[in-house]
Amino acid sequence: MTKNKTQPKKDIKKDVDGLSGIETTGHDWDGLKELNNPLPRWWLWVWFVTIIWSIAYFVLYPAWPTIANATKGTLGYTQYKELKESQDEIEMRQAAYLERFEKASFEDVMNDPELYAFASAGGRTAFMDNCATCHGTGATGFEGYPNLQDDAWLWGGSIDDIYTTLKHGIRWDEDYDTRVSMMPAFGKDGILTRDEIKSVVHYVMSLSDKSIHADVAGETIFMENCAACHADDGKGLTDMGAPDLSDAIWLYGGDEHKLYETVYYARAGVMPAWQHRLDENTLRQISVYVHQLGGGE
Amino acid sequence: MSTGSLDQLFEKQERIYPKRVQGKLRNLKWFIMIITLGIYYLTPFIRWDRGPNAPDQAVLIDLERGRAYWFWIEIWPQEIYILTGILILAAIGLFFVTSLLGRVWCGYFCFQTVWTDLFVWVERLVQGDRVKRKRLREGPWTFEKMYKLAITHTIWLAIAWWTAGSFVLYFNDAPALVMSFFRFDVSPTVLGFMIGLTFSTYLMAGFAREQVCNFMCPYARFQSAMFDKDTLIIGYDESRGEARGKHKKGDDWEGRGHCIDCSACVKVCPAGIDIRDGLQMECIACGLCVDACNNIMEKVDLPKGLIRYDTENRLDALKAGKQPPKLRLIRPRTIYYTLILSVVGSVMLYGLVKRAPLDMSVLHDRNPIFVKLSDGSFRNGYDIKILNKTYEDKTYALTVEGIENAAVTVKSAGDIAADELFVPADSVGSYHILIQAPVKAAEPRAVILNLDDTASDIKDSYKSIFVTQRN
Repeated sequence: MTKNKTQPKKDIKKDVDGLSGIETTGHDWDGLKELNNPLPRWWLWVWFVTIIWSIAYFVLYPAWPTIANATKGTLGYTQYKELKESQDEIEMRQAAYLERFEKASFEDVMNDPELYAFASAGGRTAFMDNCATCHGTGATGFEGYPNLQDDAWLWGGSIDDIYTTLKHGIRWDEDYDTRVSMMPAFGKDGILTRDEIKSVVHYVMSLSDKSIHADVAGETIFMENCAACHADDGKGLTDMGAPDLSDAIWLYGGDEHKLYETVYYARAGVMPAWQHRLDENTLRQISVYVHQLGGGE
Repeated sequence: MSTGSLDQLFEKQERIYPKRVQGKLRNLKWFIMIITLGIYYLTPFIRWDRGPNAPDQAVLIDLERGRAYWFWIEIWPQEIYILTGILILAAIGLFFVTSLLGRVWCGYFCFQTVWTDLFVWVERLVQGDRVKRKRLREGPWTFEKMYKLAITHTIWLAIAWWTAGSFVLYFNDAPALVMSFFRFDVSPTVLGFMIGLTFSTYLMAGFAREQVCNFMCPYARFQSAMFDKDTLIIGYDESRGEARGKHKKGDDWEGRGHCIDCSACVKVCPAGIDIRDGLQMECIACGLCVDACNNIMEKVDLPKGLIRYDTENRLDALKAGKQPPKLRLIRPRTIYYTLILSVVGSVMLYGLVKRAPLDMSVLHDRNPIFVKLSDGSFRNGYDIKILNKTYEDKTYALTVEGIENAAVTVKSAGDIAADELFVPADSVGSYHILIQAPVKAAEPRAVILNLDDTASDIKDSYKSIFVTQRN
């Protein structure tokens, strides 16, 4: 450093590389020197083109941030606008079907291949967004959340029944027309003793499992306390939302312990009324989707 | 060494002006050019009756509907393996021919060679032969130069446009598309492709020429892997030609070679090389130097074939003063290629002959894998796709084998029974079906879905599984 400073400037000669005959940059890194080749012409041209491009871009598109916002660009382009445009395009494509779908009855939809495909596809999307949280993406439900694939329906499995359940919900206080029924907590409220509950549980289990022999006491308790809703043969009543106790489907589990729990504390599942959150078309599409899963009546 | 200029980065193209030549190989090249170009330009117009519901173009790739037609063969996207087969056949065929005869593909059939040849022919027609062309190009901008170049480029562009148009015809109904051109009613896609292909043809055949073979084509580079010393190449017989030297009529041939150093072979070469330097990467084996040399040999009353098709082994033996070995066409290499060719060919032939007019594929539902029903039985769902490859609307019957008392229901609009699955002509039908069976919970069991054409004895089946709860 000090050596360089003391040297007069005019004495610095061009440093030319001996081997290639090309001038170097003059820097020396432990004996390594860099040739001072000019940039390739093509590279230079590409660079000029990018400069011109950037100026055009600057004028046409939003480019420079200001304190609160950004320059707008003469084209008026925004990403939000682009999103809106593609959404509009999709809605326009849907509109043709939606118009027909609105006017069609469920029966028309179920018999028109185009509307059927449209409704199932739309229903599936809405189902995944709104229903899958509880009923699962495969609509097979969980303990306490009914399986919508099978043929056991608490409140009926016709497409109109499904639509009503969807629209008004189950035990959803905010909806005046919601489906309501109340199973008594036979043990907690002291209606039946523990032994009586055990006895009736055995009887209920015998309805679906022929290998279990229930005593007469259990049957008597059932007829007096349960048959009003679940019917004499235990097949339930969809008007009351009372499940069929003689089939192979158990919403809260079918072993002795689970059934005891059910009779002791009662069960009262809740489903929201979706009319407040989804529009009529979506509700109807979900109804079609759920119905066509395989269990629809 | 100059600094910073482009010529530092790559070698500049030296313009080649191939001289006109006449001879047997040149005639063969003209003949092949007429045949190949004829096939290329006219094929889209050949008609082939396939019945009322299918296009009647003999060779057609229908991208929109995903069908490829070649006379009596029709290929669906599902049969893309046939394309793979064709590509393998083409590649091995190329290897085979190359190992046997050298780069005949390059010299006679490659589109780059054929179109370049055509463009050079136009150039010569308008501007004259080698010397005239060179003089015109390097000379000042006169009126003659301008109009001659204008005519040349106009014809080039016309050929390029026609070439591009023919390419597009393979993807559209040819007569209809040609008519739509006259009505100025062509889709932007077609027009875009045509402009692109016109430009590339014009560029490649008019300007890039041998540069394509030298710098762009991978085949020119890996051909050495297929060559051996018994491969036919264009060879200069050094043993006979050297020592070369100028010759005057009546001079004695004693103590010198037969090459009179007239450079006729260099002047006609479209690759711009001197074949007397031996086998070179740039040589496309077009054989024009053979014709050129033979013409000269005839003039000086010497036997033909100073430059000829021969093998390196033979030429080397001659050079060493030994008896040249016989041509060896049957070698391990050619036997391998023949074997691979016949295996691939037979597999493809089998595939085409056995091509079924009906194909079903089945996908078992993944979510849910199974559903338990209220009576304790189990239900599985399946997506089935039915490919009706005939030109008639069909109704198929689906039956299930492997599970007792299985009931099949079809989930779709309306009530469709499993024995009335409708699929329109030449299309794919999709159905979601449910199989329900009163079976005990066990490991997944195999089921076979059978599909029968109710009107004929065409059948297909698919092996899938039936899943139940595991206890």
